Amino acid sequence: MMFKKLALSATVAASVLTAGFAAQAQDAINFVHNTYRTGAFSGSGIPVGDGTRDYFTMLNNRDGGIGGVKINFEECETAYDTRRSVECYEQGKAKNTVLYVPWSTGATLAAIPRAHIDKIPIFSMGYGLSASAVGDVFPWVFNMPITYWDGANAFIQHVAQQEGGFDKLKGKTIGLLHLDAPFGKEPIPILEALAKQHGFNLKLYPVAPAEMQNQSSVWLTIRRDRTDWVYNQGWGAMNPTAVREAARGGFPVNRLVGVWWAGGDDDARPAGDAGKGYRALNWHQTGANFPVIQDIIKHVVDRGQSLSAKEKVGENLYNRGVYQAIIIAEAIKNAQAITGKKVINGEDMRRGLEALNMTEAKWAAAGAPAFASPFRVTCSDHNSQSAVYVMEWDGKAWKRLSADIQPQKEQVRPLLEEAAKAFATSNAGWPARTEACQNNS
Amino acid sequence: MSAVTSSALRPLLSPALMATLKGLGILAAIALAIVLLVHSGAMPKGSIGHKVLAAPFIDMWDLPDLLVQTLWEGLVAGVLYALIALGFVLIFKASGVFNFAQGIMVVFSALTLVGSYEIMTQRMGLPPGTVVAILALMIAIATMFVLAWLVERIVLRPLVNQNEIIMLMATVGLTYFLIGFGEYIFGGNPKVMITAQLGLPVGQTQFNILGGRVNIQHLDVAAAVIASIMIAGLAFFFQYTRIGRALRAVADSHKAALSVGISLNQIWVIVWFTAGVVALVTGIMWGARSDVSFALEIIALKALPVLILGGFTSVPGAIVGGLIIGIGEKMGEGYWGPLFGGGIETWLAYVIALGFLLFRPQGLFGEKIIERI
Repeated sequence: MMFKKLALSATVAASVLTAGFAAQAQDAINFVHNTYRTGAFSGSGIPVGDGTRDYFTMLNNRDGGIGGVKINFEECETAYDTRRSVECYEQGKAKNTVLYVPWSTGATLAAIPRAHIDKIPIFSMGYGLSASAVGDVFPWVFNMPITYWDGANAFIQHVAQQEGGFDKLKGKTIGLLHLDAPFGKEPIPILEALAKQHGFNLKLYPVAPAEMQNQSSVWLTIRRDRTDWVYNQGWGAMNPTAVREAARGGFPVNRLVGVWWAGGDDDARPAGDAGKGYRALNWHQTGANFPVIQDIIKHVVDRGQSLSAKEKVGENLYNRGVYQAIIIAEAIKNAQAITGKKVINGEDMRRGLEALNMTEAKWAAAGAPAFASPFRVTCSDHNSQSAVYVMEWDGKAWKRLSADIQPQKEQVRPLLEEAAKAFATSNAGWPARTEACQNNS
Repeated sequence: MSAVTSSALRPLLSPALMATLKGLGILAAIALAIVLLVHSGAMPKGSIGHKVLAAPFIDMWDLPDLLVQTLWEGLVAGVLYALIALGFVLIFKASGVFNFAQGIMVVFSALTLVGSYEIMTQRMGLPPGTVVAILALMIAIATMFVLAWLVERIVLRPLVNQNEIIMLMATVGLTYFLIGFGEYIFGGNPKVMITAQLGLPVGQTQFNILGGRVNIQHLDVAAAVIASIMIAGLAFFFQYTRIGRALRAVADSHKAALSVGISLNQIWVIVWFTAGVVALVTGIMWGARSDVSFALEIIALKALPVLILGGFTSVPGAIVGGLIIGIGEKMGEGYWGPLFGGGIETWLAYVIALGFLLFRPQGLFGEKIIERI
């Protein structure tokens, strides 16, 4: 009797929930977004998650969503764990998410073989598999605006500028301090190629996830190698530790340059004065002096709907989340315009992403004038290899240090194509592209 | 005459000392053989033999300042590892439980400290500084006491006389509870340790010696001193006080201890509280070197090779084991790590521990348990 009652209750509850979700799905665009607000990488995951979440909340509050349709934004907590990320992918699939945003290179690699089957596009913004920039081979994966290979290339350009030319790199020792994970290892091939080309010694300094906060050995090795420059491909708790250890070991922090993911305010701030001079690459502006950020403050933060502290709105990684959300929103608009549908699905979203053309005017229309460089996605180029700049921590905030550095596309693109071809060859049965090419609007 | 001298000396040399001298003699012979091989050209530069057996020592000779720096970093890390291991040893001695939650206790206690300080200065408007920091420290200590009391009441007491594996699983459960509870209360954002506010020294002194430089962080000196005092204090406490003797009695046999009137519950609260304070000190020291985040929990894994090496029940074992692992892994990573592409210290610690176990399966100072079948 008891069991019957329970079974009946469960059936009724399931029916109500299913009906509710179906009703919601009819008039909303579902977007399940991976986040990590817990675990060892939460220091980086929280601000990015906040920025994206707040932007979509703002669109829902201010504009009623996109094209008159609410965005049903839902977070899925991964704790930067690939296994949990795969579970989140499955959750997203079950909820008809229009896009999968892995927020981890490992999770991206796990999802790439399934995206074209499940018809869910992947957007790994400035991370993931660099070779997935080749849209002819990876029609369902997008990784604009820049790949790790371009980032490493831009870093070497910065070093050359600082040293007085590429010819001055010969004999120098340049190190890659990296998380010993797929994300950290991504730039190794391009750095090896550049080391061969310019004659510098490349040293690799892997940091195991268990040693992120215990890096003294690595920095002693850097001291012994008399390394001239260090490129930091770190994430989470690894970054503030690296900045502190550099200062502790007497390594000049202005010769420690982080990838864009190692440029969080909370990566540099804990080192105090010792962190002054730490550098990182970036592709968008920091600060709250943009109409879009002010709208977020007005429509979300001041209404108590944000998970972020108000003073953190406008920090670098928060703005990274906003940047991502603006791109996704533009892709949704594209998809709506292309298909004439208000509520789109994953296939429509893929077409919207492939039609992205983020002009200066579009950035301005999104409330982010001069916030980031314009870029354009094409069928064969899902990345755009956009420019980055170097910023420097002044003890309180990031300040722009360099002009835009354009990655050497002519050098990086052939390597990306080669790697994409190798991926397709080594993964037996990798499908040839059949998706129609979407003309850019 | 020489025979007389030899026989007169023989009683002075204990078997252990004899074994040590023998070991040193073998090492000296190996070193001499390597030098001869290198000089004779039988072990040419660039060969595997040279890279493994000669180059690291040549590096040490060429850069003595770096060697001193490496040894110092190893010493500091070793002391901190010893401190983490001590937390495990205390609880294992008292209850026979491998406390899986020791790592999260490090994070939880440090977060309580920094979180309380933030609440008092940012939400309650109290002036930032040492007074509030000390107040936050007291709150953190009190919290660890409450936690110890709750653990004894809710987790341990109902499980008295249960199988050890059940107790272990209970501490695994406690770990996940504390992770979730800590994130709920303090959020997942990393926090900056209130090092200066607690009166801990910051900055560094550079010694220009041995043709180079040796940087000594003031915080590292403080960490080494505080950890040493703490370890010595605990060793004294457990060796010479009434409670300490009671604890050892509990460690030997719960039933026997109960039969002579020792309160098991009271001892458990004391031990868990002490382990909590040790966790707090560990959290402050590690947190000051990086930041206070849930990533610190992983640092507790460093205690495992220390415990394997030192034995689960020995306070001196935790100390000596910590130092061997700390210095061993820093030297290994620094001088032999590049041969493996770097990043070897995580597993090297276990290799060192297992190497010792080949000769002493019970660990350096662990109890030799002989069970007859």
